[in-house]
Amino acid sequence: MMKAWFKSGSPWIWMTAGAVSLNLILVVGLLLLIAVRGLGHFWPADIIEYRYQDRDGPESAIIGEAVATSLLPAAQARAAGHELLDNGEYLVQHLVKTGNRDILGSDFRWIQQQYIHGQSTPDDLIMVERREWGNFYGRLLAVKEDGAVIAQGEQAWQVAQQKLATVLNQHDEIDSLQDHEVGAINYELERLRLKQRGLELKNAWNEAAKQEFAAQKQTYEKQYQVIQQQIGKLSKESKRYSLVVAEAGNKEITLPLNRVVKLTRPNTMSVLDKCIEYVGNFATFVSDEPREANTEGGIFPAIFGTVLMVMLMAVVVTPFGVIAAVYLREYAKQGFITRVIRIAVNNLAGVPSIVYGVFGLGFFVYIIGGNIDRLFFPEAAPAPVFGTPGLLWASLTLALMTLPVVIVATEEGLSRIPKSIREGSLALGATKAETLWRTVLPMASPAIMTGLILAVARAAGEVAPLMLVGVVKLAPTLPLDGNFPYLHLDRKFMHLGFHIYDVGFQSPNVEAARPLVYATSLLLVMVIIGLNMFAISIRNNLREKYRALEN
Amino acid sequence: MTTAQKNTHAIDISALKREDRKSVEQLETCIKVENLDLFYGQKQALHSVNMEMPHKKVTAYIGPSGCGKSTLLRCINRMNDLVDGVTIKGKILLDGDDIYDKSVNVAALRRRVGMVFQKPNPFPKTIYENVAYGLRIQGINDRRILDEVVEKSLRGAALWDEMKDRLNDNALGMSGGQQQRLVIARAIAIEPEVILLDEPASALDPISTLKIEELINELKEKYTIVIVTHNMQQAARVSDFTAFMYMGELIEFGETSELFTNPAKKQTEDYITGRYG
Repeated sequence: MMKAWFKSGSPWIWMTAGAVSLNLILVVGLLLLIAVRGLGHFWPADIIEYRYQDRDGPESAIIGEAVATSLLPAAQARAAGHELLDNGEYLVQHLVKTGNRDILGSDFRWIQQQYIHGQSTPDDLIMVERREWGNFYGRLLAVKEDGAVIAQGEQAWQVAQQKLATVLNQHDEIDSLQDHEVGAINYELERLRLKQRGLELKNAWNEAAKQEFAAQKQTYEKQYQVIQQQIGKLSKESKRYSLVVAEAGNKEITLPLNRVVKLTRPNTMSVLDKCIEYVGNFATFVSDEPREANTEGGIFPAIFGTVLMVMLMAVVVTPFGVIAAVYLREYAKQGFITRVIRIAVNNLAGVPSIVYGVFGLGFFVYIIGGNIDRLFFPEAAPAPVFGTPGLLWASLTLALMTLPVVIVATEEGLSRIPKSIREGSLALGATKAETLWRTVLPMASPAIMTGLILAVARAAGEVAPLMLVGVVKLAPTLPLDGNFPYLHLDRKFMHLGFHIYDVGFQSPNVEAARPLVYATSLLLVMVIIGLNMFAISIRNNLREKYRALEN
Repeated sequence: MTTAQKNTHAIDISALKREDRKSVEQLETCIKVENLDLFYGQKQALHSVNMEMPHKKVTAYIGPSGCGKSTLLRCINRMNDLVDGVTIKGKILLDGDDIYDKSVNVAALRRRVGMVFQKPNPFPKTIYENVAYGLRIQGINDRRILDEVVEKSLRGAALWDEMKDRLNDNALGMSGGQQQRLVIARAIAIEPEVILLDEPASALDPISTLKIEELINELKEKYTIVIVTHNMQQAARVSDFTAFMYMGELIEFGETSELFTNPAKKQTEDYITGRYG
């Protein structure tokens, strides 16, 4: 009976199917965990006001968002020095995000269920997202203009929203002036300085040049003055308003409105309002720049850096990999040496990525970059241009790392092109190179794309080598901007993988960072999936076009 | 196939018209094979083959599997160069020039000597691009010239009427017989002098086979054709001259009607009457 069952092959089917299911469960489970933990962060939670009195203090109010609840077994709680009033089995504790870091010293606080005398969600509680010091939770008392109260009570809310919109507009304007206009002028001034230094090095720095440069410098400086004045005016304008708010202990605080990013009353929001708010929060996270040591704001530069780096890598690795594979498969005499080369290529795929990082730093950055600086940018010395980690070297290092994958996949593809197709082309008077170019490579392109997909998947998720060759915690500028030559390959950049590491493990504000780690992980996974889907769709198109192999 | 059938066939041959046939010697020679030896590594595959194939006639190679007929065919456009470890001795003269001479441009030679393989091997491109391939290789990209040549070649391969509305379809969507005619169209698009056919109908159904044979009859007006076939009726139907090969040697070469009705060698007779092979 049992033997027959084994012979029938069903245990084998069960085992393989089981393995597949297990994998699926693991992948889906991981994605779900990341999604739930990460995406929950953007939901505008209700603000709760607790009346709280612990063993030796007076009753006080605590205002904040409930973040998590933990159950501590009684024995452990006692060992940690907690008292259990009801002699229950567990000590129930809540983690509350109280914000107000400037007043309380930290954003989060653990409170015990047993000391909570009551809790409510009054409509008038507000959440203020600030540019510094994290969130503020409390009540809005009044709005001031030039120090004089212009609105109070319920009216204050309306006025505050209106004024905030104006101030935010002004702030955006200042930002764009500073980023684009001032940035461009600074860039030009720096170029001017480098040009001057270059002329000095060539001993061509004469009176004429001096005058010309001085004139140019003056023009730029004049422009700068104009912009600076604009900025000054705007910033003065935006500084006129402030909010008077009360924190949980009813202490009055004045918040300048130009330090406020967002002002909400989540307790008055309907579910629909919250959904809209949620989408807005998520959009901000994806499109904004980080603030406050990456624990606030968005991750746009990291997404941008990741995608740009992977694309550059793909642009570099594809031609190199394909050319290498074509030589190995089509031109090289098959024998001992090609076999050794193949083994070497396969082994390269197994070298730990940090080793590539070290190699990239030593070879690309110091040797090649250093020499480029010496030959082409002597005027910039001692500041390095290419002799320092940057986008180009990171892309090249990853291209080197993923090269074996592309070579192996391309060789596989080339070897699957039927001989008859090659002979057909040769018989029409095509040379070997023409046959390769016009027939064989197009037919092998789906295989090349497969290699590229694997390469992209590996490169996008790689962090270790990047830490050595170009990724930074916070890049002041994107590697792509409006200043010539637009794509700045020498710049350092931000990367989602490194961002996860930095926010999760280097951040002073652990509790605040945790949901961001999940959210960033989710984004990274989504970026990788997106890049892969893009490559896969191209491959499927090519497959459809060249499906000769299936006949 | 039984011996009886083969014999019936031999009788068919004798009924062929004879008045317009001339012997090999009287015709202008197109391809001349002189003392050709071919080795795959150590193994000798062709033994001192000598043969003269006349202009604008169909020459068929017959013989059992592995007798070297395909190898000989592939020598004519130097396809064997692609095989590792091949050594060739002797000469093949195309219009008097040795194609194995060092100065010969192989790609240019293959433009003069087109080839059609056993299995249809269209490129995974449109029908139009398949036919235009050889021209594009030569750097001809003028749409007007290409249109003209594509039409002419497809007409030449009796494919135009079927395919004129589907020129931009993928060639892989065609039937096997159509694909094989497309491959022939592709070969005649570059106007070769010689067309080599390596068992062109062996992968096709009887109706497609018939069409290919009709096509060969039309093509010999303009081209010298060499065909390898397993099928002796086919050789008898389409060819003017037949070479019987066995174990890498050319046993007998002569007019098809002569060779099938009155073979000079015992081996030939044994083969065409079905005693082996």
